Parts: sequence; structure tokens; C-alpha cells
Amino acid sequence: MRARLVLLIVGIAFLALAPLVATAFDQLFYIDLLRRVMIFAIAALSLNLILGYGGMVSFGHAAYLGIGGYAVAILAHHGIHNGFLQLGVAVGASALVALVIGAISIRTSGIYFIMITLAFTQMLYFLGISLDAYGGDDGLRLAARSDLGGLVDLGNSTAFYYLVFAVMIAFLYLIHRIVNSRFGMVIRASNSNEARTRAIGFSPYPYRLAAFVIAGAMCGVAGYLFVNHTAYLTPDFMHWTRSGEIMFMVILGGIGTSVGPILGAFVLLLLEDLLSGMTGFVGQHWQLFIGLFLVLVVLFAKRGLAGLLPGAQRND
Amino acid sequence: MTEPLLDIQGLVKAFGALRATDGVALDVLPGETHAIIGPNGAGKTTLIAQLAGDLRPDAGRIRFAGEDITPLGAAARSHKGLARSFQITSVYREFSALDNVALAVQAHAGHSFRFWRAAQSEEVLHGPARAILDEVGLGSRAQVLAANLAHGEQRQLEIAMVLATRPRLLLLDEPVAGMGADESQRMVQFLGTLKGRQTIVLVEHDMDAVFTLADRISVLVYGRVIATGTPEEIRTNREVRAAYLGEELED
Repeated sequence: MRARLVLLIVGIAFLALAPLVATAFDQLFYIDLLRRVMIFAIAALSLNLILGYGGMVSFGHAAYLGIGGYAVAILAHHGIHNGFLQLGVAVGASALVALVIGAISIRTSGIYFIMITLAFTQMLYFLGISLDAYGGDDGLRLAARSDLGGLVDLGNSTAFYYLVFAVMIAFLYLIHRIVNSRFGMVIRASNSNEARTRAIGFSPYPYRLAAFVIAGAMCGVAGYLFVNHTAYLTPDFMHWTRSGEIMFMVILGGIGTSVGPILGAFVLLLLEDLLSGMTGFVGQHWQLFIGLFLVLVVLFAKRGLAGLLPGAQRND
Repeated sequence: MTEPLLDIQGLVKAFGALRATDGVALDVLPGETHAIIGPNGAGKTTLIAQLAGDLRPDAGRIRFAGEDITPLGAAARSHKGLARSFQITSVYREFSALDNVALAVQAHAGHSFRFWRAAQSEEVLHGPARAILDEVGLGSRAQVLAANLAHGEQRQLEIAMVLATRPRLLLLDEPVAGMGADESQRMVQFLGTLKGRQTIVLVEHDMDAVFTLADRISVLVYGRVIATGTPEEIRTNREVRAAYLGEELED
């Protein structure tokens, strides 16, 4: 337990100091890279709430990345740059869409659940392509980054980094609270043994739906941050491979573990960056090596990378 | 005569051509232990599943405490006061014994849309849960993961979860199945302590357990109740002996 805490503190300290080091060595590229990784870590954290703890294998989580992104980009396109308003719309719209998708898909389970969540996200993806007023297939340049008043200047790479960092840590803590609350116990119990859960008097449906909406809203925040990061919106935000990538991060890092999704996002994206930057055979076929790596982790690390950390036998 | 707590009329459940429940009528009086016995494939588990709300009957009516509960699902029936144990042990394997029982307490302590406070720190859940674990004899095992409990202990844990919902009627589906002689004896002894305080529907293959515990016995054969009566009546019932029990009841 203590070793885990030390590792967590070391990790947080590393991320807190990274921009200072990068600036000192004039390697600003790394601030951008880590910021992107952390935005995906936020998306993966939110997916883990329903996938890891709730057992709902949503294969459409990128939908909320897209909705968060579109909320910002469309408002900005119409000259509305107030970042708080944009955040409210991004979160509200994500929650609303999650409510609709969840209300239908949570009535199913297993392979049907996977397919329905995928189908809804594909619909949104093609809706995005059809929105010619907002760039259609080509996408839309973000007119201006979200204006958060004097709070944070998103145009300042380092300040933006610390905002993303703070959101990630806040979500990590928030999810920790949720999964250990009464609500979280019902979600986990329904995943562990649904028949038993009904027999003692719980109807899992409303709890699952609420978790689905919370996860969607949280991923909407990731979308909000991501479009500000790229400053460019395309329907590819919602492409199914993106959903798969977020799911990989959760599985790689460790399903139903607290820090797993963050670990997964870091390892997957940094490995991608490292391998794709290499020359020769590895650089040309880097996806092959990522795939191999994933297979090995799934086969040999039962609880993902988080399961390999010291003191990982416990459920947290 | 007292009003029955559970009153079943004309219950039918068919799987294709097989009528697993074929017009069952049965009543359970308050405070009695009513055993349901029958050979394998008689439809005992199908009947229990319909009583618990896991299976919807094709026809018939189930009244509980004077109320028609036929259309209700399992969760709603739990809130009416029905609680079941499963034939195959059904607990939360990755939770501690205490958390298992606390969840059953929580299910009957208002809604669970509470997102912030750690459930494990709530004495209103864990206090009663600990008391019930003590009652079933698992007090010293409260912090052990359910998966790491012995088989007999898991069955005890399941009974603890059933009791934690503060039920008016217990549906116990083979509570001593798969237990060793010692464990089984202890379980029967414990269920004996519930007698009179609790109304129990007991499905069981173990005839020692049935004849020790039951006030009345119903015999189910091919989805029909062929006889209901006191243990003595069932023991001497010719139809029952012919259909099923035979030499098992000789002693």
C-alpha cells in the first residue's frame, strides 16, 4: 500500500514538474505531448467508471469526445467564446446524449450492448460528416480557444497543461469517491452478480444509467479540452477507432483500477509516439508492435499494468 | 383459520412442450416452515424462481400478504419482504463478507443515489451487517473476501444477506446443498433457530433437514403438487411413496 502511494506521488510530482523541465531544456513539444496524453487519460478515466466498475462495455465512448468538441467549435464559429458557457454546453450536451444512448442500450447486455453503443456513435460520426455548415468531412478550425477570463489562458501552453493536469487529478479523485459510495457499490455489485443484486432489492437500471450519464459528461469535458488542444475539429473525434483506442487504454492500464486508465493512456500514446518516430522497419510498422504489446499485456497481466504495480492485489 | 402469508393459485410455467409448473396451488401460513420436496426435474427451482420474481409465470396468481405480486420483478418483491437464497451459491465474490451483507442492508435503506461518502464508513449499514454476521456465525470472518470463504461459509453468508433485507418470507433453495455432514448439521441447527420467528419456504433434497425443520411439506412431481401435509402425513401418504420417496421414508 505504501509503495503504491509513493509511486502515485512520484507520478504526480513528475507531471507537475514536467513543463518546468521541458521549458528549461527548450523542449516545448513535450508539454504538448503530455497534455494530449492527459486529455485521453481523462477520457479513459470516464470510460473506466462504466466499463471497469460497471461492466458496461461501451464501444462508443468517443461520441462524447466529439460532442464536447462540437459544442466548443460550433459556439466559437458563431462568435461565442465564453469558455464557461462552452463548458456548460459541452457537459450538458454530452450528458443528454449519454442519457438517450444509455436509456436504450442499457436495456441490453453483452454483445448487443457493445453493438448498440457502437451504432449510436457511428450515427453521430456520420451526422458530423453531414454538417456542411461546420466543415463536414474536412472539419472546422477553432475560431478561437475557449476564453476562461482571467482564470487560465488556454493560448498559453503551460497554463493549459496545468488546467488539464488539474482536471485529470480531480476526476481521478471524483471517481475514487463515486465507486466507493453507496452508488458505486450498487454499480459494482450489479456488475459482479446481477441476479443477486436484484434479489436483495436493487433495480440496477437507474444506477447504471446514471453512471453512463456521468461517464458521458466527464468525457465531454475531455472533448472540450481536446478541441482546445488541437484547435481543429473533425468528425474523426468520434471515429470508432478512437472509441477503440480509449477502450485499449482502459484494458491496458487495468480494468476497474483507479489509476489504470491514466497508466494506459500514457503507455499507449507514448509508445505510439516513440515507435512511429523510429526509422526503418519498426517505424513503418509501428502498429504491429503496439498490437503485439497489447496482446502480451492482456495475456500475462490480469489486471493490466496497474496489476503489476506493488500492492496491487487489492481492488483499488 | 389465519390468512396465509403466501397464496399461490393455478401457477403455470412452460418451456416449450414441458410444463415445468403445471397448475401449482400452495399456501404458506405465517410463521410456518413449509418444505417443498420432489424428485429431480419436478420443477422446484422453476417454482422458486417464479416466487422470487426471476421468472414470469404463464398463468396463475401469487398473492403475498394479501396483495397480488404476480407482475412484480425480483427487486420489487424484495421490497415487499420476500428474500431468496440460490441453489448455487450467489454472493459477491470480490467483496468482503461484511460488504456483502452491508449491500443487502443498503438495498433497504432508501435510494442509493449517494455519490460521495464512502459506504464502508457508514455505521448505519455496517452496524446491522456485523450483527447479522455474528448471528449466522461468521462474525470473525467479516473482513475476508467472499471468494476466500469455504463453501459452507459462503452458504451462511448468503443466508446472512437474505436476513439483512429483513424479510417476511424466506425462500431457501437447497440451503445445505453441497455441504459436508458437519456443516449441513450446523446449518439445519441455525435454520431451526429461525423457526417460528420467520416464515420459510424450504426447497431441499436432504430429507433429514426437511423432516427436522418442516411444519408442512408439499410434494411436487412433474410440476404438480401431489400432496401437502404434516411430515407425518407425507411420510405415510401412499401416493407420495409410490411417486417418489419410497424407501427413503422407511426408517
